Amino acid sequence: MKILASQDHQPPAEGDTRAVALANDADALALPLDGVERVDLHFPSFTDGRAFSQAFLLRRRRGYQGDIRATGDVLIDQLVQMQRTGFSSAVLRDGVDPADAQRQFDRFPAFYQGDAVNPQPHFVNDKAAV
Amino acid sequence: MYQYTAFDRQFVHQRAAQFRDQLTRWQKGKLSEDDFRPLRLQNGWYVQRYAPMLRVAVPYGEIASRQLRVLAQVARDYDEPEAAVFKAAMDGQGLLGTTFLPKNCAHFTTRTNVQFNWIPLSKSADVMDLLASVDLHGIQTSGNCIRNTTTDALAGVAVDEIVDPRPYAEILRQWTTLHPEFAFLPRKFKIAISGSKDDRAATGWHDVGLHLLKNDQGEIGFKVFVGGGMGRTPVIGTVIREFLPWNQIMNYIEAIVRVYNEHGRRDNKYKARIKILVKSEGQQYIDDVEEEYRQIVEIDGGPHTVPQAELDRVAACFVRPQLADIADVAPAALDASLKAQAAEHVGFDRWLQRNVHAHQDVQLRAVTLSFKRPGQSPGDATSEQLVALADLVDKYSAGEARVTHDQNVLLPWVHASRLFALWQEAKALGLASANVQLLTDMIACPGGDFCALANARSLPIAEAITQRYQDLDELDDIGEIDLHISGCINSCGHHHSGHIGILGVDKDGKEWYQVTLGGSDGSALSGPAVAGKVIGPSFSASEVPDVIEAVLTTYRSLRDSGETFQAAVRRVGLDPFKEAAKSARHPAREELATA
Repeated sequence: MKILASQDHQPPAEGDTRAVALANDADALALPLDGVERVDLHFPSFTDGRAFSQAFLLRRRRGYQGDIRATGDVLIDQLVQMQRTGFSSAVLRDGVDPADAQRQFDRFPAFYQGDAVNPQPHFVNDKAAV
Repeated sequence: MYQYTAFDRQFVHQRAAQFRDQLTRWQKGKLSEDDFRPLRLQNGWYVQRYAPMLRVAVPYGEIASRQLRVLAQVARDYDEPEAAVFKAAMDGQGLLGTTFLPKNCAHFTTRTNVQFNWIPLSKSADVMDLLASVDLHGIQTSGNCIRNTTTDALAGVAVDEIVDPRPYAEILRQWTTLHPEFAFLPRKFKIAISGSKDDRAATGWHDVGLHLLKNDQGEIGFKVFVGGGMGRTPVIGTVIREFLPWNQIMNYIEAIVRVYNEHGRRDNKYKARIKILVKSEGQQYIDDVEEEYRQIVEIDGGPHTVPQAELDRVAACFVRPQLADIADVAPAALDASLKAQAAEHVGFDRWLQRNVHAHQDVQLRAVTLSFKRPGQSPGDATSEQLVALADLVDKYSAGEARVTHDQNVLLPWVHASRLFALWQEAKALGLASANVQLLTDMIACPGGDFCALANARSLPIAEAITQRYQDLDELDDIGEIDLHISGCINSCGHHHSGHIGILGVDKDGKEWYQVTLGGSDGSALSGPAVAGKVIGPSFSASEVPDVIEAVLTTYRSLRDSGETFQAAVRRVGLDPFKEAAKSARHPAREELATA
């Protein structure tokens, strides 16, 4: 997952058809994706989890292959969740130390559920479930 | 009990390490208070009126003696406030009249978890490591996520059981644990499962309620309810599926929660529970869930369809344990010896009738140890009591106990030939009150003495009623009744579902209590789940015990032979009780002054 500082992120320009921003309350299943290389999903507050479902639907249900980017109130403690639901890049909120980010990805070698990256749950991945 | 695999065990340790990382960043100022709060909440750490509160998860209520011993250690070594903190609490609550605040103490909750009230946050990561050593944790015991799944305390032993809910509860535990998409829902989300004819899990009151059943072909499935909840707007769940094949349960709940995550209200936390969405959208919500479920199965491929092998693996953990050194006894001989003991000891006789439950295995019984007695709050256990409890659990119940919805502890595997010995030991420990399902077996939240949300204290009310009703003959005569006490409208004490409900309210900065009658949790005793109705303007704390007595006296005067309190309220309506409650009011102070 690509972690960006806010100065490294350009919001989609008006009229840009390759990069689009999807509103937090919009239907991810209705977004036209032809020619779209990047979809920005927004966290108005990190406790507003709607964009997790949007990302999951884009990546998993619709098989979207482009960049799905988390913007807004992005903290390092949600990065692993973001990756698992289909985000491929995230713009950290100003003042967040990216040095603390990497070890969050290293902590859990596996999870119980299937997700957008590994669709199979743990009990299927590892039949012995040990 | 479910046996943790190396994966399960490592996962809990990793979660504890993650929490320590977050705590350390917060302590260093790298994580603000606002950013840390939702993270600590999802590990069970609140900050309450005077001190932090930790809620430890007990998945579907099953707990092992080795876990009880560690909870005892937490109570002894960590549930100890600094002197200044305790003094501030005693001074603050003393103004209201509180003379005692328990510490070094665990508290069993209605959602079968365990809470501690005094552990300093600076020691929180150490406590999580200690808990992880016996597979315990606080994962998702708070926060706007999917909480601990609850079930019937008699799961796997109840004589009216259709399907044992425990393997399904465990499968749901795993699926809900750190679900990446559903950690920041509009509001908290609670699931309860019942597998028996009698619903002892209050499923109608949950965000999702599940009834295990068998169809005409003998296939196992779930009747699915959605949108129940207490709080300001009490709502009973709506049936969304009459029969869902068992292996589809995760796919289907994924649909329920995803539609809620997308469409649940986030602008007002009092309207954010799924019950409000289900009420406002009605059939549209159900249609959306069905369509989402269809796409999960048909487009995503239903990846969380439970394979038979996985159910078998999990179910294999839930077998009757071996009870060492106890030979089977002919049932007639068992009955005869119990009768003889009961004839000789009236206390044992009462306890057998009240606290001992029939079992699927005729050799065995399930026994409720009552944590409702004078001098201690409902559901409280001191460190010493937890150690003694763990000893009883080892000696009499193959090392396994259950935390019950009613804030007691149940031993599910007691051989009938050992009941008398267990009773004697439990009695010596003060855990043998023969009051299960009677008035003093009440549910109460910690209330204003601890909780920052509470409008009024619950514990002094509970204590006053407990003190007043210590005559077992009188309690028996009043009969089976649910008394539930909440210190505020958040309803942790389930006042809505009490046959008698008491709700703390704030009027002009003073503690007042609303009394409701006729509420039901949905059990056979209580009737279809419904919220109780208020019987008049609120009462002062000192009036409440008198009002309860007046209501109960009225019941005893107007009941038909054998009629329970709940049945009588339904038959005669609220009016006679309203009158009685009104006449139990104390004269106002001004009137006294001028009299």
